[in-house]
Amino acid sequence: MGAETELWLLMLVCAAATFAWRGGGLWLSRAVSLDGPLMRLLACIAYATLAALVSRIVFLPAGMLETTALWERLLAAGLALGVFLALGMNLLAGVVTGGAALILIVALQGG
Amino acid sequence: MSGAEAAPPRGFASVRGALRGGLREALGAPALVLGAGYVGFGALAGDAGISPLLALVSTLLIFALPAQIAMVEMWQLGTALPALVLAVMMTSTRFLPMAATLLPQMRHPRWSGRHYTFAAHCIAMTGWAIAMRRGPEMAAEHRLPYFCAFTMGLWVACLAGTTAGFYLSGLFSELLTVGLVFLNPVYFILILLRETRSRVGVTALLCGAVLGPPVHLMIPEWSLIVGGTLAGLIAFGILEAGARRGG
Repeated sequence: MGAETELWLLMLVCAAATFAWRGGGLWLSRAVSLDGPLMRLLACIAYATLAALVSRIVFLPAGMLETTALWERLLAAGLALGVFLALGMNLLAGVVTGGAALILIVALQGG
Repeated sequence: MSGAEAAPPRGFASVRGALRGGLREALGAPALVLGAGYVGFGALAGDAGISPLLALVSTLLIFALPAQIAMVEMWQLGTALPALVLAVMMTSTRFLPMAATLLPQMRHPRWSGRHYTFAAHCIAMTGWAIAMRRGPEMAAEHRLPYFCAFTMGLWVACLAGTTAGFYLSGLFSELLTVGLVFLNPVYFILILLRETRSRVGVTALLCGAVLGPPVHLMIPEWSLIVGGTLAGLIAFGILEAGARRGG
């Protein structure tokens, strides 16, 4: 099996693995009533898992972001948050600031 | 709310209006920002020597940026395939409770199984956070078309971003790619802050953000499923206790 074929298969398996969660949620959604406690519990787990993922990427990243220091990421994220809030929750300005700030902070260290 | 953008219309007159509205609301800041995040993914894929078609198809079929980034980075590192699939799967546990909470709000006799299956595949952070807030403002019949059109608007941007990143990756320094990959978590933080208004959401976000890293240190592979569920249970406990005391 060539590397290319293997990679396609791998990607399809990853897609199926990702859909398994979405499909599982679809299956579970039939048992969920809108105002019930199960809905509130699942909403709590959904928000908490999202936050845990983001928090993990910022504090304990894997891959490319690992090459940056924690304080560099926190400072860049803090600047992004400051600009986002100062401009009335402007998403675009905040995100661009975050990316640019991390690049600048790292570049200034190396320079 | 957001001062820079015009306030979106609250409800829609028809399904067609909901489709148009979803598409229009996606093709602004959300599309630009998520698209920029996908430039980072495209650049990673380009560096890893993955074919552009595969990168694009993965954006359509996986449609989860952290999972796609993990897949490419781990493949590049030569991670054993079962471990790689497990890791990718474990970054995506959030979709189960996200689907289970959003889809019931879209129930309407007009829609059938295949519609809900497609809507389930469309579930990702941006559309979910916005639909959780916007959904109750519109008629039940309009929520599914609004959400799916919103996601399709995002797909256009994500595919464009993947393509741009792929072909420009040769021009990107490693540092620029790091900056682009960092757009994703920053974007997640800001959109969660902007779109989460409910007490349930805010409490659970705080619990998850605090518990996420320590649980990851203890059980890296299972951290999201265990940490997310544990943090969600704690948030649920806090909220239920508060509701009982508040009467």
